[in-house]
Amino acid sequence: MRTIPATRRDVLTGATALGAATLLRLETAQATPASLEAAIRDVVGEAPLKEGRVKLAIPPLVENGNTVPLDVEVDSLMTAADHVRTIHVFNEKNPQPNVISVKLGPRAGRARFTTRFRLADTQTVVAVAELSDGTFHTARANVIVTIAACVEELG
Amino acid sequence: MRSIDIVLRCVSTSGFVLMLVLLDSLSATTDTRRSTYDDMSRDIRAMQDDDMANPASLWVNDGAALWSQPAGAAQMSCADCHGDAATSMKGVAARYPVFDAARGKPVGLEARINHCRKTRQQAPAFAPESRDLLALTAFVGRQSRGLPITTGDDPRLAPFVEAGRMIFERRQGQLNLSCAICHDHNAGKRLASALIPQAHPTGYPIYRLEWQSLGSLARRLRNCMAGMRAAPYATGSDEIVALELFLMARARGMATETPAVRP
Amino acid sequence: MARPIINVPAKARRGQVIEIKTLVSHVMETGYRHTETGERVPRDIITEFVCVYNDEEIFRATLSPAVAANPFITFHTLATESGKLTFRWTGDNGFSETGTATIEVE
Repeated sequence: MRTIPATRRDVLTGATALGAATLLRLETAQATPASLEAAIRDVVGEAPLKEGRVKLAIPPLVENGNTVPLDVEVDSLMTAADHVRTIHVFNEKNPQPNVISVKLGPRAGRARFTTRFRLADTQTVVAVAELSDGTFHTARANVIVTIAACVEELG
Repeated sequence: MRSIDIVLRCVSTSGFVLMLVLLDSLSATTDTRRSTYDDMSRDIRAMQDDDMANPASLWVNDGAALWSQPAGAAQMSCADCHGDAATSMKGVAARYPVFDAARGKPVGLEARINHCRKTRQQAPAFAPESRDLLALTAFVGRQSRGLPITTGDDPRLAPFVEAGRMIFERRQGQLNLSCAICHDHNAGKRLASALIPQAHPTGYPIYRLEWQSLGSLARRLRNCMAGMRAAPYATGSDEIVALELFLMARARGMATETPAVRP
Repeated sequence: MARPIINVPAKARRGQVIEIKTLVSHVMETGYRHTETGERVPRDIITEFVCVYNDEEIFRATLSPAVAANPFITFHTLATESGKLTFRWTGDNGFSETGTATIEVE
């Protein structure tokens, strides 16, 4: 059985394409708790993060943080020469910064997935995509989680 | 319910003619009843509308499997008596609780399923709120989706509907609240940031995001009572069934949404 | 009981991008919750989801406790040939669930 050949280290040794205008270094990104930054660094290393090609769709205001729709799509031709290898989603204020990581490949045809996740509080969510040329692309979304009135105690 | 007068002014070629039109308050244009569905976010509505995305489908599918699975000493399945649920169960959940002549009082759908289990299948009753009971209830309820609720049509239910109304309006618990204080007098406002619904149980059993699971109307009512700091009535008790009956009867004519998704 | 729900188009044209939807029953207990008496509820989650299309892995997801109960995941793939898609969810406490779907590619 073949698996999708995509590890972070493979990519880190690859080219670091520099699009200066859209370049975003983590140091200059908006302030986030250290755990979120560490989790992102664990994936991208020292590579720069570019904005623009990742679309992260989350409702801006959710009535219950237990089940929040998440939709990530990366603008990519998804060919053997140019495709998305992995997509990672992180959060800022849950107990753990990782939400989900997926492995794709040119075989996907379209670099998009959806799921539903938990948000413990109003916070920022970050998606990072790793492309076959070794570049990393990102998008952020701010989500307001409203406070539930009638919660049931855990028995 | 109050009737309201609506004045329509019509223009004719010969001059102004005033026409008074009396509209019945029960007509669709003046029905102010709302399902919580109407006030949910687009995302949660989408989750309910698409069977593939609705987590309650996991229970509905289990219920479909249970429907045709022989059980108990009798080794009979629901289907052995009731056949294809798509036909035989159409509209059934939409009329529950119904009047049970043998017991002289109303009976909810869960109790009816368990009655069948004990007497026909000769199997032990499902525990309240158990996965199998919720699954069968959701599967039976799914067959009424989109159909109008008809609960309370039977005149023998009238005194029980009234008993449910009295419980609904009675202050109880340490907070000295009644159901009606929130769900009649303050419906549409917010408690914390949650919308207070009108209490029309159109989609039970529901997948409640708060629960991260499917749950019955009884669970929701008991949950509410705990919030009022009142001692919750037991599931299946006369009081809970009367409340369920009253709430379903006042949702009469509204569309069944089972299995609904709620925040 | 509680079998996964999988939606794959029954038929597709060769080279067509198809959407696959999956829904699986699981509590996804985070490991961060406590009972009324203060005891921690141990973590019990699905950690991995893999989809294989005729022996080729086409999608893999690594899940954390932040994924909602009863995980719902949708993704895409190219319809390349007729055959079988196998879905496997694995997780804590030896959890393992599989499902399959067939596709006819013209």
